Amino acid sequence: MKRIINGIVNENPVLVLLLGLCSALAITNNFENSYIMGICVTIVLICSNLIVSLISKYVTKNVEIPVYILIISTLVTVLEILLKEYVNPLYKVLGIYLPLIVVNCIVLGRALSVASKENVKNSVLDGLGVGLGYTVVLMVLGLIREVLGNETITIMKEISNITHHEIILKINFHSDLFPINIFNKPAGAFITLACLLALFNYIRGGNKNESN
Amino acid sequence: MNLINICLTALLTENVVLTKFLGICPFIGTSKKRSNAIYMGISVMLVVTLSSIITWCLYKYLLVPTETEYLKTVLFILVIASLVQLLEILLKKYLNKIHQVLGLYLPLITTNCAVLGIVLLNITNNYSFVEMLVYSISSSLGFTFVIYLFSSMREKIDKNDIPASFKGHPIALLTAAIMALLFARYL
Repeated sequence: MKRIINGIVNENPVLVLLLGLCSALAITNNFENSYIMGICVTIVLICSNLIVSLISKYVTKNVEIPVYILIISTLVTVLEILLKEYVNPLYKVLGIYLPLIVVNCIVLGRALSVASKENVKNSVLDGLGVGLGYTVVLMVLGLIREVLGNETITIMKEISNITHHEIILKINFHSDLFPINIFNKPAGAFITLACLLALFNYIRGGNKNESN
Repeated sequence: MNLINICLTALLTENVVLTKFLGICPFIGTSKKRSNAIYMGISVMLVVTLSSIITWCLYKYLLVPTETEYLKTVLFILVIASLVQLLEILLKKYLNKIHQVLGLYLPLITTNCAVLGIVLLNITNNYSFVEMLVYSISSSLGFTFVIYLFSSMREKIDKNDIPASFKGHPIALLTAAIMALLFARYL
C-alpha cells in the first residue's frame, strides 16, 4: 500500500519526475483517451516490471538496456494487436502514441531503477503505483481540457463496441466564453500541465514548510 | 510543390515538438543552455535521418512482403538503439573531436520519442522515399530550431523574478504554450 501511494504522490511520474510527457500532452484532449492511455501504460508497466524482476538475475549490466527495451516493445506490440482487433476505433485515435509507450521513459526508468533490484512483489506493486499515478494525472488533464474546450465529458464512445453503451456528459456554462477552443489545441495542453505542475509545487511546498 | 509543402509544414505549422509533442523530455530537460540545445539538435538530426532511411527500406522490402507489419515497433526500436550504439563507436574511433562534443547526447537519443515518432510517422503517412527523406530532415530541423529558440528564451527567463511555484518546469511549459500558439498561427 505504501508503495502504491508513493507512486501516486511522492514519485508521481508526470508531476515530480516529468517523464512520459509526450503522451500526457498529446492524447489528453478528451477524457476517454486519457484514461485508456493511462490504463495501457499501467498494464505495460506492471507486466514489464514483473518480467524484468523475474529475469534480472540472469541479465548482465552490459546488455541490460537492450534486453529491457526488447521486453517492453514486445509487450507494447501485443497490446497494439489486441487493441487493433477488439477496439479498432480507439486504436486509430491513439495512433502513433500507442507504439510510443516503448520510448516512454517511465517504463524503462522503472525497469532499471526498481524492477531490476527489488523482488517480484515489490516490483509489481511499484508498477501499479506508478501506473496509477500516471493515469490519475492524465485523467485530470483530460477532464480539464475537455470540459473547458468542448463542454463535454466523454466517458464511453470509442470503446462502445465492447461496452454497448455510449456515455457523453454535456456541461453548459451558459456563457459566451465557452467552449474555449484553445484547450483542444496543443497550446492548451501545455497551459493545463503548467498550471497543474505549479499547483502541485505550491501544495507540496506548503507541506514542506509546515513540517519544518 | 508537394515536397515544399511537406518541408514547410514539418518545419513550422506542424512542428514535431509543439504540435505532436514528440521529444518533449529533451525539450524541457536539456534546453537550459544554447550550446546544449544545438548539440542535441545535431545528434537528433543525424540519428533521425539515418534511422528513417533504414527503417523505411526494412518496412517496404522486408515487413510488407512477409506480411509481418505488426513487428514494426520492435524492429524500429532495435534499429534505432543499435544505430545509436554504432554511431557512438564510429565517432569515437574516427572523429574523436565530434564525439567529445556529441558523446553526452547520443545515448539519450534512443529513448527520445522524436526519433521513434518521426520514423513511425513516415510509415503511417505512407510517404515515398523522397518524401520520407524530406520529411525526416525537415522535422528534425524543426526540432533543432524550436529547441534552440526555447533555450535562448530560458536563459533570459531564469534571470527574472517568477512566483516560486512556477519556477523551473511550469514556466518552461507556459513558454512552450505561447510558442505553440505562435507556430500554429492562432494569435
